[in-house]
Amino acid sequence: MALFDIVVYILEGVGITIAVTLVALPLGLVLGIVFALLRIYGGKVLSSLAAVYSTVMRGLPPIVLLFILYFIIAGSINIEPFWAGSISLAIISSSYQMEIFRGAVLSVGQGQEMAARAIGMSRMQGIRYIILPQALRLAIPPWSNEAATVVKDSSLVYALGVAEVLRRAQFVGARTYQPLMAFSIAALIYFGLVFLTSRGLSILEEKTRIPAF
Amino acid sequence: MKNTILRIENVSKIYGETEVLKDISLEVKEGDNVVLIGPSGTGKSTLLRCINQLTSINSGRIWLDDEEITAPGVNHDQVRQHIGMVFQDFLLFNHLTALDNVMVGPVRVLGMDKEKAREHAMYELKRVGLEDRAGHYPGQLSGGQKQRVAIARALAMDPRIMLFDEPTSALDPELIGEVLEVMEKLAKEGMTMVVVTHEMGFAREVADKIVFMEKGLVVEEGAPKDIFYKPKFERTREFLWKITELYGDHDDDDDDEEDED
Repeated sequence: MALFDIVVYILEGVGITIAVTLVALPLGLVLGIVFALLRIYGGKVLSSLAAVYSTVMRGLPPIVLLFILYFIIAGSINIEPFWAGSISLAIISSSYQMEIFRGAVLSVGQGQEMAARAIGMSRMQGIRYIILPQALRLAIPPWSNEAATVVKDSSLVYALGVAEVLRRAQFVGARTYQPLMAFSIAALIYFGLVFLTSRGLSILEEKTRIPAF
Repeated sequence: MKNTILRIENVSKIYGETEVLKDISLEVKEGDNVVLIGPSGTGKSTLLRCINQLTSINSGRIWLDDEEITAPGVNHDQVRQHIGMVFQDFLLFNHLTALDNVMVGPVRVLGMDKEKAREHAMYELKRVGLEDRAGHYPGQLSGGQKQRVAIARALAMDPRIMLFDEPTSALDPELIGEVLEVMEKLAKEGMTMVVVTHEMGFAREVADKIVFMEKGLVVEEGAPKDIFYKPKFERTREFLWKITELYGDHDDDDDDEEDED
């Protein structure tokens, strides 16, 4: 098998790798923001639950969680490994994203909320129109870190048999007796994806920057 | 006979063990400019926050116009729409331009049409002399300009009464004048105002009533000429002496006092 064929074979998995990331990252984002808001504004019970969630999830290796969540999800509903794996990664990521958004909301400051309430906004309006627009901007730099992590962690679903980049690299490496070549190609692909993600987010950070702030 | 806009009756506020406000009663009539003075930590700012319900009170009652806003079941968000508040540290919304800072209340809270809100906001910015800064973000404005935008933001809600919490305390000395000028103009236009300030010049010239507070109590209240030149209590005299010394217009005071005597 020529080098070209190996590259093509592995590249066919890029679509799946990107798809896993595109499910895990946005779903983790939504969950992360919701959990962060519950942690901050949720009152005693919800706030404590969110704190426990964050502590436990971040205290376990992603691959262990992935297996546990996979067997819970796949055991309760009939679902393809791709979806079960992606959703599991989203749940894992949500605990990290929650901490990112919690930090961002807190650094916006209580003064902004007080000023919002003072012109008659409800707490929800204050969060939506005043706090979140600022917090989301502040969250971009730490969030791009987490985005890179999720791109890389998408490789974990290989353990569930999903035919993404790493799975294909391992397969073609074993078949051609060129594992180093195959894994190096996979490495280049992951690096490229992470690099593009970070660049994209830097541009977003630049575009949404508040002048002179 | 002027209508009473704000009536505070026997209001107390306790933080933990400390009674910050002790049985405060106060009345503000339509168009009046009431200035609260007194040492730091006396509860002046807390009183303002209790008026617009950013802080809840422990006992007592507060009326805005004829509505008791401390009654159970009253929607505090709605009450705050009618009470403008200006903070010591401006608290402009950092991610919005000056214009959007002024527009956001009418649009999001009152549901005003965007075009109409923009016109209204421009009118308020003109009122504080900043129509040419409409597109600037807070970070691009001086402290004095920030505070004037904050005043415009509060005015845009067409409040019944405006509360000012040490509006010039965070400003460089040369920027204080422009903010006081705007406040003086508002007072002349008949806006009902309650102002916490250490600017005794403003208090003397613009206030209709001065309230001297200390340790959570109203010590003395009256017209500026009475408070400044014929204070009934030694504590009031001491405080005014100290603060005018700090702000360096003692000579003025001495002259005035001699004139009065």
